[in-house]
Amino acid sequence: MSTRIPVTVIGGYLGAGKTTLINHMLRHAGGRRLAVLVNDFGALPIDADLIEAQEGSTISISGGCVCCSFGSDLVAALRGIVALDPPPGHLLIEASGVALPAAISATASLVRGLANEGIVVLADAETVRERAGDRYLGDTIERQLRDAGLILLSKPDLANADALAATRAWLEQFAPVIDSPRGQVPLEVALGPALGRSRPVIASPPAHPAYETVEYGDLPALDLERLCTVLTDPAAGVLRAKGIVRDPSGAMQAVQTVGRRAEIYSATAGGPGRLVCIGIAGRLDRSAIERAIAPRQFRCGSA
Amino acid sequence: MFTIHSARRILTMNSSRPETTHVAVREGRILGTGSLEELSGWGKHELDERFADKVLMPGLVEGHSHAMEGSFWRYVYVGYFDRMDPDGKVWTGASSIDAVIDRLRDAASKLAGDAAPLSAWSLDPIYFGNRRVVREDLDRASATRPVGVLHASGHILNVNTKALELAGLLRKGINHPGIPLGADGLPTGELKGPDPMMMASPYVGFDREVLACDELGLRYFGRLCVRKGVTTAADLANLLPQDAVAMMLRVTSESDFPARIVSLLRLQLLSGQALIDRALELRAMSSDRLRLGIVKLVADGSIQGFSARLRWPGYYNGAPNGLWYVPLETLREAFRLALARGVQIHTHTNGDEATELVLDCIEAALQAHPARDHRFTLQHCQLADAAQFRRMRALGLCVNLFPNHHYYWGDQHYAITVGPERAERMNACATALASGVPFAIHSDAPVTPLGPLFTAWCAVNRRTATGRLLGAHERIGVADALRTITLGAAYTLKLDGEVGSIECGKRADFAVLEDDPLEIGAERLKDVRIWGTVQGGRLFPATPSSQA
Repeated sequence: MSTRIPVTVIGGYLGAGKTTLINHMLRHAGGRRLAVLVNDFGALPIDADLIEAQEGSTISISGGCVCCSFGSDLVAALRGIVALDPPPGHLLIEASGVALPAAISATASLVRGLANEGIVVLADAETVRERAGDRYLGDTIERQLRDAGLILLSKPDLANADALAATRAWLEQFAPVIDSPRGQVPLEVALGPALGRSRPVIASPPAHPAYETVEYGDLPALDLERLCTVLTDPAAGVLRAKGIVRDPSGAMQAVQTVGRRAEIYSATAGGPGRLVCIGIAGRLDRSAIERAIAPRQFRCGSA
Repeated sequence: MFTIHSARRILTMNSSRPETTHVAVREGRILGTGSLEELSGWGKHELDERFADKVLMPGLVEGHSHAMEGSFWRYVYVGYFDRMDPDGKVWTGASSIDAVIDRLRDAASKLAGDAAPLSAWSLDPIYFGNRRVVREDLDRASATRPVGVLHASGHILNVNTKALELAGLLRKGINHPGIPLGADGLPTGELKGPDPMMMASPYVGFDREVLACDELGLRYFGRLCVRKGVTTAADLANLLPQDAVAMMLRVTSESDFPARIVSLLRLQLLSGQALIDRALELRAMSSDRLRLGIVKLVADGSIQGFSARLRWPGYYNGAPNGLWYVPLETLREAFRLALARGVQIHTHTNGDEATELVLDCIEAALQAHPARDHRFTLQHCQLADAAQFRRMRALGLCVNLFPNHHYYWGDQHYAITVGPERAERMNACATALASGVPFAIHSDAPVTPLGPLFTAWCAVNRRTATGRLLGAHERIGVADALRTITLGAAYTLKLDGEVGSIECGKRADFAVLEDDPLEIGAERLKDVRIWGTVQGGRLFPATPSSQA
């Protein structure tokens, strides 16, 4: 695996729950050193009890995490994050309420040392439909949702059941939807799973009762396009997948999927092929995944 | 003891006494206007006849510029049109890519060292046919040093191969809508939009602090004001950190600083409450020549950049609608708090949907806080239709329109961005006048050159650069245009009681003209020669200009 810092862009309109989500992640970072970039400190985005120190536009947070504001110069802020020593384990970028998250993601892709790990867009279960119908805001809300790899539904507990079901069905047209009351969502779902070094075992570590994780090792060389087609097919129930896999030519490639989006890029790491997938408990179609990683698809020598 | 200036003609903009021949000045203020005999009644004076063959107008007021126009003049000018620098040198327009490269090569040869960046501005390839400027072009100017050329719109930066390399962009696999790739899979060198531009700008000499207007830039800006007859200019807008305010207070207070700068506070890094607190704090720091305390908000982007928010049916070429620059709630909160606490807000709305939204927000804020004489002003407001002007009037808003756009980009608006009908109603000065909306007109310098008389010419003639008459029915008369670039702009800044006309009690701010703008003819209004200015009674002759 390359040493690039993984980046997750967190989008969603004002009041959708971005700040709550970020604070929840910082509280449950579980040893991951998170760096958070926020558009501004207009409304201080970090819970006071998490703050260890503030210096200019940088806030130090317990557990080795940091939060910086970027104002109008996102590029300089991203370069600043790459230059941090030691480097953070993961970068979260909080998009402003009207920003299009894919545009921020595209900018992050320009900066050396960063690797995009998807876009998560928050939707307020109570208000997202109304906002999407607003004459001024509607198209912005839809563009944000269309950029999402995963949609986190905030405040699902406050909406009535019928309305919630309708909202969820409407949101599903854009991306897989996960409940996230009060920002609660496992880190490996929101930010992506940590990929084991080289464990050649199939394991299902208990992450969170609502989710299910499968991990595969010793993978043969695979048709990566086909693998991604399976992993991003809603029928397979995969929310996120990450893998290091040899392609038919023998080159190591990193594969990553978030909802219906997949990315393949050349990996610097070696070792046996491996893949980890996360889905909602009971909805992960293991047999579909296993067919996609079965060795019989190629005859390209020993993998 | 005081001074009486005689003049060939004084156009006062004071409707009680619109024209006269003499003006008396004491302690930087106007003691009175009239005949020599009338003014002699004030007592012992000296008669200054140096303006006896010149025409005086109230010092011109630029209602929307950026003091960074001054900062740009340290870079190489490669614009298509002739443009005067702060020293009065007129830089001939570069009419082809080769002419641009020649000028860059020449400038590169004068730079010390091999690694120093070469920075240039105001490139406008629209006028070079469909040909884009690419890195190989700029490599001909210098292959060893980073070269960066900013477009006139300010939204695109062209760089050479060396600059791409330094920025970490000379590689395959780049996937960004603002970075076009060549047949070789590498970036062509065109960087569109703020983020791609910021990738390279530190390496090509476009330093953020410099562009935010530094001391040298402010001094240059003051000199440009003199050359254009401007005695009060709005700087829209500035983040106004404390050190910048201290610098601006110091520089503008120097005895030879020739203009009054009205610097607006830009919303960033501040919540609504903190923004209004800061505006009030800044207002208290104001001096005569540095006025602070007005807030600037930006609702949308630009029409030629397709980032302005348009109502149905949207862009003529089918481009998707533009972007909101701040959440709607932020606008609503700022308007509400500002009305409650007596702070004035100017809001950038380029597209007509942005205008509509801001009208809605201000209407709601006014219902909560029915403030009188708030003079909230819509800036640019280029696409507003007649119904929106009627709403502005009803809500007590002012508007500052942008006629220079017709000249520089009118043909593009007609053919590409908004199409013929809406291009003809853009910057509807005649409708503003007929609707009774107090209005100003502006240059948005450095986007287009500072020069209220040129802006007035644009509003009067509505000609594009290729000579097309764009919106004959929205032309206004010379007299109305002259009033707009003096009292009109002053009104939007709440300075009309102080400047904008030549009458007893007001600041002794004059534009000193060699030609009479009421006599020269509407088509030649932009050619009125400017001697210089009088600002607060101090004389600022523009030093002789030269030809590049």
